[in-house]
Amino acid sequence: MIILDLQTVRIDISSKIKDTRASQLLFSLSQLELGSELESLQIIDSYTVQADLPTSTIKKAANNLIDFKKEQLMLLENLNDFDFAIEIGFLPGVTDNLAKTVATILKDSLKQNVAINVYSSQVFLLKANLSEIDLKQIIDTLHNPLIQRARVKTSLQFNQTGMGIEIPNVVLTSKQEITMVDLNVDDAILAELGSKGILDEDGSRRGPLALGLDYMKAIQAYFIKEGRNATDIELESIAQTWSEHCKHTIFADPIDELKEGLYKGYIKAATNQIRKDKGDKDFCVSVFSDNSGAIAFDDDYLITHKMETHNSPSALDPFGGAITGIVGVNRDAIGCGMGSKPIANLYGYCFGIPSLNSDSCVTLDQNRLIDGSVNFTESSHRKPCSQSPEKKFSTHEGLYRDKELTQKMLSPKRIMEGVIDGVRVGGNCSGIPTVHGFSYFHPSFRAKPLVFVGTLGLMPRLVNGKDSCQKAARPGDLIVVLGGRVGLDGIHGATFSSVEMDSSSPATAVQIGDPITQKKFSDAIIKEARDRGLYSSITDNGAGGISCSVAEMAKECGGCRVELDKVPLKYPGMQAWQIWISESQERMTLAIPPENWDEFNTLMKSRDVEAVVIGEFTDSGRCQVHYQGQMAMDIELEFLHDGLPERQLITRKPSPEWLAMNTSLRGANVPKQFSLLELLSHPNHCSKEFISQQYDHEVQAVSVLKPLQGRGRVNGDTAVIKPRIDSRKAAIISYGLKPEETDTDPYLMAARSIDAAIASAVATGANPDYIAILDNFCWNSSDEPERLYQLKETARACYDYAVAFGAPFISGKDSMFNDFKGYDANGEKIKISALPTLLISALGIIDDYSKVVSMDLKISGDKIYFLETAAMESVDAAANLSLYRRFYSAVQTELISSAMSLAHKPLKLALAHKAIAGQLGIQVEAGFDQDTGILVSIDPLKSKRFETLFPKAQLLGEVNATKRIKINAEDLSLEEATSAYRAPFSNYLNDQKKELAGVNQWLLL
Amino acid sequence: MVTALIFSGYGINCEQETKRAFELAGANADIVHLNDLIAEPSRLKNYQIAAFPGGFSFGDDTGSGKAYANMIKNHLLKEIKAFVARDTLTIGICNGFQVLTSLDLLKGTLTHNTSAQFIDRWVDLKVSSDSPWLKGIEFMSLPVAHGEGRYIRHCDERSEVATPSDLKVALQYTAAEITEYFDYPANPNGSDDDIAAVLSDDGRILGMMPHPERAIEFHHLPHWTFLKEKASRASMALPENGPGLRLFENAVEYFN
Repeated sequence: MIILDLQTVRIDISSKIKDTRASQLLFSLSQLELGSELESLQIIDSYTVQADLPTSTIKKAANNLIDFKKEQLMLLENLNDFDFAIEIGFLPGVTDNLAKTVATILKDSLKQNVAINVYSSQVFLLKANLSEIDLKQIIDTLHNPLIQRARVKTSLQFNQTGMGIEIPNVVLTSKQEITMVDLNVDDAILAELGSKGILDEDGSRRGPLALGLDYMKAIQAYFIKEGRNATDIELESIAQTWSEHCKHTIFADPIDELKEGLYKGYIKAATNQIRKDKGDKDFCVSVFSDNSGAIAFDDDYLITHKMETHNSPSALDPFGGAITGIVGVNRDAIGCGMGSKPIANLYGYCFGIPSLNSDSCVTLDQNRLIDGSVNFTESSHRKPCSQSPEKKFSTHEGLYRDKELTQKMLSPKRIMEGVIDGVRVGGNCSGIPTVHGFSYFHPSFRAKPLVFVGTLGLMPRLVNGKDSCQKAARPGDLIVVLGGRVGLDGIHGATFSSVEMDSSSPATAVQIGDPITQKKFSDAIIKEARDRGLYSSITDNGAGGISCSVAEMAKECGGCRVELDKVPLKYPGMQAWQIWISESQERMTLAIPPENWDEFNTLMKSRDVEAVVIGEFTDSGRCQVHYQGQMAMDIELEFLHDGLPERQLITRKPSPEWLAMNTSLRGANVPKQFSLLELLSHPNHCSKEFISQQYDHEVQAVSVLKPLQGRGRVNGDTAVIKPRIDSRKAAIISYGLKPEETDTDPYLMAARSIDAAIASAVATGANPDYIAILDNFCWNSSDEPERLYQLKETARACYDYAVAFGAPFISGKDSMFNDFKGYDANGEKIKISALPTLLISALGIIDDYSKVVSMDLKISGDKIYFLETAAMESVDAAANLSLYRRFYSAVQTELISSAMSLAHKPLKLALAHKAIAGQLGIQVEAGFDQDTGILVSIDPLKSKRFETLFPKAQLLGEVNATKRIKINAEDLSLEEATSAYRAPFSNYLNDQKKELAGVNQWLLL
Repeated sequence: MVTALIFSGYGINCEQETKRAFELAGANADIVHLNDLIAEPSRLKNYQIAAFPGGFSFGDDTGSGKAYANMIKNHLLKEIKAFVARDTLTIGICNGFQVLTSLDLLKGTLTHNTSAQFIDRWVDLKVSSDSPWLKGIEFMSLPVAHGEGRYIRHCDERSEVATPSDLKVALQYTAAEITEYFDYPANPNGSDDDIAAVLSDDGRILGMMPHPERAIEFHHLPHWTFLKEKASRASMALPENGPGLRLFENAVEYFN
């Protein structure tokens, strides 16, 4: 929007009542190691408004921005009781949701449609005697320089010049032309073009295309056939479409003797085999072909599921990366079939250990940390600071993306906090319950975390009388994009996540989701337009933006013609190729028959959703794009989608020497000699209540088993939801994840992960014959034959065990280069690779929610039994499946009082978790090597029946009212155990008991 | 049949379960987008109950409920005032409560929790005043889920609402079954006087932070598996409904 005669006004708002945001922030900042005390902190919410209106009009309208009961408009210059004023706002072009709402409020209150630009910021007024180093540390904590700007004024400077005004508007001056790229060049130049990107006139490169020489040569050959050079848009578009991120080439290409590749040869083959085996009991409906996988829920509804990852963006801007991830995977439901309503969010985090890299008390050898080859659990990580004389690993050293040490990576703690926040805002604001998740900590994730986000959806089988899974754009349908506008955010996201992260990783790859924009169109589509039958096809805009979504839908009818000028932009001056590949969020692409357009657009307008026709679907066989009347792109769809050459992948079994060099972790995750207290306060096993509690898990009123179970509020390994009020049917969700085992035996790791996911679901009451699974591979260094060997072994086990358990894969995702290449604080090169990680997510459907079994011990006097399974040295699927089936029948006859699978923990820890959850004592004798099997408590009146059904069940002991946990020789009070379980993250916990939680806070702020 | 209008749009997100709760209670409930009502304000005349559900209208930007309330003030205030002047019932739940205080239909204001964090947990509530909504209820356990649920009773003198002394408190957080079960503090957010819900002077407008529509079925209770096990040992039957349904039934009964 162009504003000619601008007035610029600062609106500053302060709180009239106690601002708890400020007091909590002051508390956090006081945890930094500063040279002096922080006396006070005040937060001012500021909006810089530009409009073609008199200043007085703007200021009057600003009254609508405050609640007089608690806030006031104020003049910054009247302030004096502070030492430093720090203003944090966004960088130009970064999504500013708050500003968008402010502009809406101002426009609505003025009741006239004037152009108004708003920029939000916050001013932090600090009273403290700070050194320059302290001040820098505080500013670093308050903002992320990749997306935010910070200005600081001392009170003296402030008194002289005030805070002033800074306007972060985007100014683009580059020429908006389509350029031709000369492909008649030698291989070296071609290779450079592929790896570094298109050369601009000023000598700079546009950013990675991530196209290898073999791909570049295929492109060269194609354009020789076309008799011309390629346009910049064509090259960028091919790069997006052929990226590892979009084409999953490592899973598609032939690998060793397996010509059809890992995906078709193992993953999809497993599902095909299982569907054949199940015959008329097959519950798969739409698998692998759509944005989510769909299985039968009941006669009228399907349930859809998708797990995504958003790792690379979350490393750079944890909040933005995570919120974009969760809001993005919601669109995988909305864009599934004719539209599936999101009914539950899931998350899974793999983080570096937050206390490492911060000023806490970890007593690790720094060098061992740097090469990632440390099992941190071997060290005495739980010592309080005061007892820790060893050298601390300081936050100020850290990791850098560049040799000059100017681009610092965020600490694991910042990454953890930002990611947790992002998923909270995305899920809570969207009204989708976040029902389950896990957090796994390991040093290998300290540079690049893994952020898994998933969404379950519910979709009627029939929409408007037609099969809801069937959709196809038809020639003549209008191409419609709706939702957010397009900006520079998210350019090269697909190609960026397909390569390792280094100093050339583009900052524009960072984006911030806008859940409200999405909520508006999600409601308008799923709750209104879908059932009126107004569109013939729909898909989500994810990686590659419209270049991928339109070209993908064009396959359904055989062609498309797009006019880029019609795409709505956030600001003027973008180049054609940028508009085409931008990944600006919250957009869907639809195919709408022309006769439905008016009705559709009227509906969208009344829901405050911007929908625009940008072209039409054709049957020309080509993807044609025009810009300012010129041809920008005109290539065969077949070449665009299938023109990439196959690469023969070769694997090599890792030698002991290779493993010694490359293994990120030696040994199992938790040493057997750990005491119960040590196990309970291990970060992978301790309470994550602070996460569960800040995620709304009850909206939509579907919860059956909530994230925290029992009196003791223990995080369960499963969750249960009941999506329909008029049906007792429920969905059980669980997972399996064992990254620490990949380097030891990738085949066994995958087998155990599948067994773990199924066992957890079964322990809660799932029917083992009605479980679907999803695969997420997050690998590292996938260009190394050894890593490919591990990948292949993992995929082979996926086939074997999915088939053996009869649990079909319905959807999956991979992220192949979770490596960080950069520099340590001394400028030495360093590579940190995330453990090769397979996440198995399970989804089971049961007929009656009320049969579900929670994990907490319930009644004193109950007997505790252990059902051992065969999944330690090797997994015996047939034996386990038979046990799981019997277990299901026991659940159906309500024999089981409480149950928990050992899927992710050793036996004695599982016993303690059950006791803490029930806040009851136990006395048991047991062997402790087991880490698989199901632990149950049984009403003594039912124990005979139970023993008859499970003759091999081991009776371990009894539940009692003593409030003591006695396991073999270990004996501790329930209170001690409970506080050890809750201690590590207790300072994050929202229970107003902060000052009381004093012990064992080794992970603290 | 008793008719209820459920507001929606702009990030309100509890409208479907609120509609279900009213329907289970025997009402005829319609979800109406704010823009549809602005386009045709006379529709309000067809209803006896108005419900402002929970959610994140406008993402809570500039303060929860504020932007949604502004839209009502700018386009619908006359009609809303006429609606509440009739013998009608109005409820605002969570974000809806925040909308009602922003509209000055209820006294006081809501702001960031003491912890400055979002919290989802169950609370125990005691009923403190008479209202058609609360007839026959003394105690009730419900879930809360909010970041800005701290009720502030004493507002600045520039506030246009009445003095706090005549405030009609509807519900207060208290320590009872659920808080004892989970060993939680009674007050989840630092509200003045443990206030969880307030009423208009005539008791017909109720604003509450807890979510009764998320406590409609037995399985909504956070400890239902424990209750089920206990009941089974005592050979007792289990209730089908959750504690929140009563509130909606009261509203429907008021008109019958």
